[in-house]
Amino acid sequence: MNGVGLAVEPGETVGIVGESGSGKSQVFLAVMGLLAANGRAAGSIKFQGEEILGRPARELNRIRGARMSMIFQDPMTSLNPYLTIERQLTEVLVTHRAMSLRAARAAAIDMLERVQIPEADRRIGHYPFEFSGGMRQRAMIAMALLCQPELLIADEPTTALDVTVQAQILALMAELKQDERTAMVLITHDLGVVAGLCDRVLVMYAGRIVETGAVGDIFHRPQHPYTAGLLSSMPRLDESVAERLQTIPGQPPNLQRLGPGCAFAERCPGVMDRCRLERPALRPVSPQDGERRMKACHLEAPHLEVP
Amino acid sequence: MNGPPLLSVRDLSVHFHIGGSWLSRQPAAMLKAVDGVSFDLAPGETLGLVGESGCGKSTLGRAVLRLLPNIHGRVVWLGEDLAKLDEEAMRRKRREMQIVFQDPLAALDPRMTVGEIIAEPLRTFRPELSAAESKAKVQAMMAGVGLLPQQINRYPHEFSGGQCQRIGIARAMINEPKLVICDEPVSALDVSIQAQIVNLLMDLQRQYGMSMIFISHNLSVVRHVAHRIMVLYLGRVAEIADRDQLYRNPRHPYTQALISAVPIPDPELERAKAHLILKGDLPSPLDPPSGCAFRTRCPKATPLCAELRPELTPLELGHRVACHHWDK
Repeated sequence: MNGVGLAVEPGETVGIVGESGSGKSQVFLAVMGLLAANGRAAGSIKFQGEEILGRPARELNRIRGARMSMIFQDPMTSLNPYLTIERQLTEVLVTHRAMSLRAARAAAIDMLERVQIPEADRRIGHYPFEFSGGMRQRAMIAMALLCQPELLIADEPTTALDVTVQAQILALMAELKQDERTAMVLITHDLGVVAGLCDRVLVMYAGRIVETGAVGDIFHRPQHPYTAGLLSSMPRLDESVAERLQTIPGQPPNLQRLGPGCAFAERCPGVMDRCRLERPALRPVSPQDGERRMKACHLEAPHLEVP
Repeated sequence: MNGPPLLSVRDLSVHFHIGGSWLSRQPAAMLKAVDGVSFDLAPGETLGLVGESGCGKSTLGRAVLRLLPNIHGRVVWLGEDLAKLDEEAMRRKRREMQIVFQDPLAALDPRMTVGEIIAEPLRTFRPELSAAESKAKVQAMMAGVGLLPQQINRYPHEFSGGQCQRIGIARAMINEPKLVICDEPVSALDVSIQAQIVNLLMDLQRQYGMSMIFISHNLSVVRHVAHRIMVLYLGRVAEIADRDQLYRNPRHPYTQALISAVPIPDPELERAKAHLILKGDLPSPLDPPSGCAFRTRCPKATPLCAELRPELTPLELGHRVACHHWDK
């Protein structure tokens, strides 16, 4: 990923949309200081005004899990299979809040009840494998919320779940957003999930941000041909069945072989000569929008009406 | 869709025996992955199979092709009972029934070239073809699924997920089968690629006229592809209806919840719509609830639902539902 800049305001929910390999997860692994050993983040990451990029793990640990937490797509690989849910949940509180085990256990049961785990006082003694997929994701969310973080980063939180369980988890996240005013970042490939929860959206393609804006603008007035293409290629239950689906032709590019121009050029219906030579910078859609509404596209005023 | 059915399935069940070895302390159990499913499939028709993980939709697809042991019930193919065929006769029949899998790369042998992969069904079923004839057929099919014929000597790992799925589809189509079972064919693909593959399958159906059983958990995709849709819950049919009927007028509370759970990519509509949120999780298929399997999560459940399993009741125009309270 390259030259990505974004800001999340307190209480705001920001959606990060992109396909596999677009770099959407890497941005937040960098924020959490969790990049793979061969990954390197350069630039600046500020949390509540304080620079956190490049801080040693010991200092980061005072923020991670306490003021900023992350939940992942696959709860089975993020929970420790050898430890009970109780052990994993109370550890957070004992470490960050210096609670006694007893108080931590009570707080953990409380939180499990809030995320609607039935019989929480009994289930807390179970191991992750004894939970269903939906319950594991609830337990992960409970763990992330124990210290009432100011920022919750959710990386494809419902992708591994069945639709009816996804609906439960999304309802839970909508409640959190309403009641706690927790700032959230929702990383997903599912535009439907974004539409339901997010205030603002960033669209990524091939490691770069290609468009940002308020949720209504992104869905009803997309400015980047990739965003418009994504929206029109999804079959939708709220529309009558079309003969053929709209498609974005071609394949996502190989990130190791990116040319000098726009990474989307080969698949773009509005491509110009300039697009293959010069990478478009992220710029405000119009002067009065400023940084709240940006696009990285050479096209001046594309009419990208979503049908 | 008139005329005699291509495929007629009656009271199909698939049971798996689990546990019961001297090492495990658990008693042997029987998992009814598919339990008493019946349907017909007309030539050229697409039947969508939807339901959540563990509902038996993939097992049902494999059972129709007799790719599993312990299958009970009748599968009649063009008037012929497949259970009565010996192995050799069944093997010859398989030429007409093919399958496309979810994970496109895992379904392809990494040590075979694309040409060898697509030609394999030809070698098996039409050994009389010369090498040149076979190659010409493979190249024509590659072009037909949107691959470049000059890529014939490449290996699967050189292709993206969407292109691998095209290879899998070319292999399934090379013998012009009468039935293609598509098991979550687009679930592993990026959103921008899903639409390409869906269009390709529908184009091939227009061109070759094959029937399809399209298995998916994505209700928006199924609605686009299928003529008729069958909703499964814990191995049993909850509801079956024509596409428009099912989405406009779902009668089973489970179908209603599934449709309501699909997020609509429109912020105003999605936030304004009523969400029907089910309680709890899917029960274990090893120990399904008595009576109606859905009753533990059903907003309409009554004591009757625990006692008596609802039969599939015909409503109108082939719409059938298994619910005691569909009209309430």
